[in-house]
Amino acid sequence: MPAPDTFPRLLIEHAQTRGDRPAIREKDLGIWQTWSWKQVLDEVRSLACGLHTLGLRRGETLAIIGDNRPRLYWAMDAAQALGAIPVPLYQDAVAEEMAFVLSNAEVRIAVVEDQEQVDKLLEVKARCPLLEIIVYDDPRGLRHYDRGLLRSYDDVQGVGRDLERSQPGFFEREVEQGRSSDVAVMLYTSGTTGTPKGVMLSHQNLIETGRGGIQRERLTADEEVLAYLPMAWVGDHVFNYSQGHVAGFCVSCPESPDTVLTDMREIGPTYFFAPPRVLENLLTTVSIRMEDASRFKRWLYARCMSLARRWGPAILDGKPVPLVARVGYALADLFILGPLRNVLGFSRVRVAYTAGEAIGPDLFRFYRSLGVNLKQLYGSTETSVLVCIQPNGQVKLESVGTPATGVEVRISAQGEVQVKSPGVFRGYYKAEGATLESMTPDGFFRTGDAGFFDEDGHLRIIDRAKDVGRLHDGTLFAPKYLENKLKFFPFIKEAVAFGDHRPFATAFVCIDLAAVGNWAERRNLPYAGYTDLASQTAVHELVRGCVEEVNAALAADPRLKGSQLRRFLVLHKELDADDGELTRTRKVRRGFIAEKYAPLVEALYASGPSVHVETQVRFEDGRTGMVQADLPILEAMIVEDEAARRAA
Amino acid sequence: MQGKVPGPVLLEVRGVSLSFGGVHALREVDFHVSEGEVCAIIGPNGAGKSSLLNVINGVYAPGAGTITYAGQTRRAMHPHAAAAQGIARTFQNIALFKGMSVLDNVMTGRALKMRRGVLWQALYWGPAEKEELEHRGRAEKIIDFLQIEHVRRTPVGRLAYGLQKRVELARALAAEPRLLLLDEPMAGMNIEEKQDMCRFILDANDELGVTVVLIEHDMAVVMDIADRVVVLDYGRKIADGTPAEVRANPEVIAAYLGVPTEADERAVAGAG
Repeated sequence: MPAPDTFPRLLIEHAQTRGDRPAIREKDLGIWQTWSWKQVLDEVRSLACGLHTLGLRRGETLAIIGDNRPRLYWAMDAAQALGAIPVPLYQDAVAEEMAFVLSNAEVRIAVVEDQEQVDKLLEVKARCPLLEIIVYDDPRGLRHYDRGLLRSYDDVQGVGRDLERSQPGFFEREVEQGRSSDVAVMLYTSGTTGTPKGVMLSHQNLIETGRGGIQRERLTADEEVLAYLPMAWVGDHVFNYSQGHVAGFCVSCPESPDTVLTDMREIGPTYFFAPPRVLENLLTTVSIRMEDASRFKRWLYARCMSLARRWGPAILDGKPVPLVARVGYALADLFILGPLRNVLGFSRVRVAYTAGEAIGPDLFRFYRSLGVNLKQLYGSTETSVLVCIQPNGQVKLESVGTPATGVEVRISAQGEVQVKSPGVFRGYYKAEGATLESMTPDGFFRTGDAGFFDEDGHLRIIDRAKDVGRLHDGTLFAPKYLENKLKFFPFIKEAVAFGDHRPFATAFVCIDLAAVGNWAERRNLPYAGYTDLASQTAVHELVRGCVEEVNAALAADPRLKGSQLRRFLVLHKELDADDGELTRTRKVRRGFIAEKYAPLVEALYASGPSVHVETQVRFEDGRTGMVQADLPILEAMIVEDEAARRAA
Repeated sequence: MQGKVPGPVLLEVRGVSLSFGGVHALREVDFHVSEGEVCAIIGPNGAGKSSLLNVINGVYAPGAGTITYAGQTRRAMHPHAAAAQGIARTFQNIALFKGMSVLDNVMTGRALKMRRGVLWQALYWGPAEKEELEHRGRAEKIIDFLQIEHVRRTPVGRLAYGLQKRVELARALAAEPRLLLLDEPMAGMNIEEKQDMCRFILDANDELGVTVVLIEHDMAVVMDIADRVVVLDYGRKIADGTPAEVRANPEVIAAYLGVPTEADERAVAGAG
C-alpha cells in the first residue's frame, strides 16, 4: 500500500493502525481530555457529513476562527475530507480584517469557537453577502441570537450522523476522490506589505515538507506538542496539524490562552516552537520572580547561571569540556537549571525552534545554557516553513542553518535567497500576477530576503533584499542587520543605519530612556528628560561602547567587515509613531527619517564636529512643539580583523 | 434585557426599619425582587444600601417589618438559613481567604452542600472522595464560567483587585444560589474590568438563572444591566422602577445632584 498522501487518508490510516493511541488533548474544566485517533476519525466523519448536508462542496472554502481547539482542528480535517479548503483566520483580528479575508476567499460557511467570533461575523455580514452559515462550538451567550445564520456544532454533527446512516461509506468515498495535489489549506499572509494574500498549500507541499522535518529531527509518534500559537499561522499548521498527522503524535490544546505556562508544564512537550517574543516573555517572568527571591536563592541562581552560560552551550553541542566544568554544570543542573527547566515546561524538550524575527544573543544563549536544544530555522508561509534548520551540534547565533531535506536554496546575483522545494506553494489565491512575480522562470520562489552562505554552508539572512545597498567600494550594506545588532543592547531602543551609495556606514541611535535613565541614576548623573540625557557625554561614551562592540562583531565576518559604523549620533528625541517615524507596529521608517533629518545625515558624512537641529514634535494631546539641540558627530573605532578584536 | 417578563416574587421586604442607637439606617422600606430579575439598589453614601442587604441575608435583624423569601415570611432572616435556602452574597471589601488558592476559595462556596463531615473528608475515602470529586467538578464549571482558569492555583492574595472581585463572585456562584446579593461588585475597577464583570453578572442571570440584587454606584453600569432600580436616600426608598423611569425621577436627581428639595430637607432634619 502506498503511503497516504492526503491528510484525511493519514487520519484514516492512524485510526486503523494505532486507533487507541492519543491523537489530541484539551484541558477542560481543569482535566485533560484525550481523544484517540479512532475517536477523532468518528468526530471528523460526522462533522464532514454534516457540513456536506449544509452544502459544503469540493473546491469551496470553509473559514475556521478561534483559539486552538480540537473541534476546530477537526473542522480542518472535515473540510479536507470533502475536498473543501479550510481557511483559518486570526482569532484576534478585528471584524474589518476578517471581512476582507471572508470576501476574498468567498467563504459561505464558517466554523467558529464562541460568541465573540459570532459577533464579529454578524457585524461584517452585510459586507460578505456570500456568508450563509455560522457553525459555533460554545453556545454560551448565544441563546437569544437570531437563529437565521447559526448552527451549533453538535447539531451539524447530528445531521452528519443521519447522513452516515442513510449513505454508509459516503465519507470514505469522498476521501477517495482527494488528490495530493489538491489545495489542502489557505493561509493568509499577515499583509505588512499591501493587502493580505491567500497562500495556497497542497497536501503534497505540507506532507512532504513535514516528513522532511520529521526525518531530520528523528521525530516519532511519541512526541508531545502544545498547540498554542494561532491556527491561522503557518507555524502552527505545519508543526502541529501537518506533522502531527504525518508522524502521528499527540497535539495538546491549552485550556485558555492565559494558562499556556501551566499547561506547558503539565504536558511537558518534547517538540516545541516559539517566536522570540514568547521566549522573551518567559525569561522576563523568571527574572521578575528571581528579583523577589531571598538573597541566598538569588546568589545561587546567579552562580549557577554564570556557570551555565560559560559551559552549557558547549556541553549541549557535544564539544570537549573540562571535567571540572562538567561536574560544576551537573551540580548547577541539580540545584537550579533542572528545576528551572521544569518550571518553564522545558524538562522534556528535545527539539525547540525559534524563528520569525532576529533573536537577541542573550536570550538565545539563556535557553541553550539551560540545556534546551533551541535552534533557529528559516522559512515562510509560501515555502511551508521548513527551508533551513540548524543541525544539532552546529547551532550558531548568526545563521539559520543548512537547507532541509529536499530543499534547494540559491543566492541570486542580487543577493536574494531563492528556494525550490516540495513545499513551495501552489500560488496566491486569485492573484495570478503576484504568483508569477514571486517565482523565477526556472521554478524558484523569490523570498525577498537577502542572505548568503557562510564558510560552513549555513544560510545567513541579513535583511529584506530591497533594503540592502552597497557602499561606494561595493561592500554589502544591510541596514536592518546593523540596526538589530544595535538594538540588542538594552541601552539602545531604536537605531537607523545609513550607507547606501555612501563611503561608509553611519547610524542614528535612540537611547532607551528607562534603561539609560536607571544607569545614570546609579552613577548619580542628574538629567532632566530624554533630550538632556541623550546629550550627556557619559551617555555618548556608553553608546560608543555598544557601537564598537557591533563593529568588533562585524569585523569577524569578511563580507560585512566593510560596513562597520564609522560615525554615529545620538538623536535628541525618541522616534515616535505619532511623528511618522515608526510604523504602528514600531518598525523604523528609514526612508521617511532620512528625508526628515536630511541635514543630520549630511552632517554624518561632513567634517563638522556637531550639527544644530530643530524638530517639530507632536504631543499626545495633538499640540506641536519644537525641540532643538546641538548634536555632536561621534566617531567609533573601526576594528580591523578578528585578531584585533581579541586584543581589544 | 429590558422588557423581560418578571417571574413570581422571590423576595419581599415589607415595612423594614433598622436603627443603630439613634441612627435610622432603614425606615419602613418596602421592596420586592421577582424571580430572574436583575435589581439594582442605588443611593448616596450612607443611604442604607448595605444595611438592606444585611437584613436580607440575616446579618442584621430589623426592628420592624417582615421578610418573605420563597414564600416563607419571617421577622428576621438567619444567616445560616439564608445561605441554606440559596441566598449568596459578596462583600464591598473583599472577604476571601487570602492565603488560599482560587480553587480552594471557590470550594468553600460548596461547604454547605457537602454532606460528609470533617472526619470523613480528612479520611478522603470512598463516599467522601466521590463527593469531593463531584464538588470539585462543580467548582471547575464556575471557574470556567468566570474565566479564571489561569489563576486556579494562585493564592488569592497575589491577585489583582479586579480578579479578586471575580473570585468572590465565583465563590458566591459556587453555592448555586437562587438569589445573589452583590455589594458593589465593580467598585474600584477600570472600564474594561467593569465591562467584563457586567458580562459575567448578566451571564449568571441568563445562563444559570440566578436572581441578582446588586448595589452599585456607577450609574452607567446600573442603567445598562438592571431590569429594575430601587433608590434609597437616608434610609428611605424614594424611587422604584425601570432605569428610564428612575432616571427621570426628580427626587432621584436631587438626591444625586444635591439640589435641595422639600423631601431632601425633611430627610436631613430626620437624620439629624
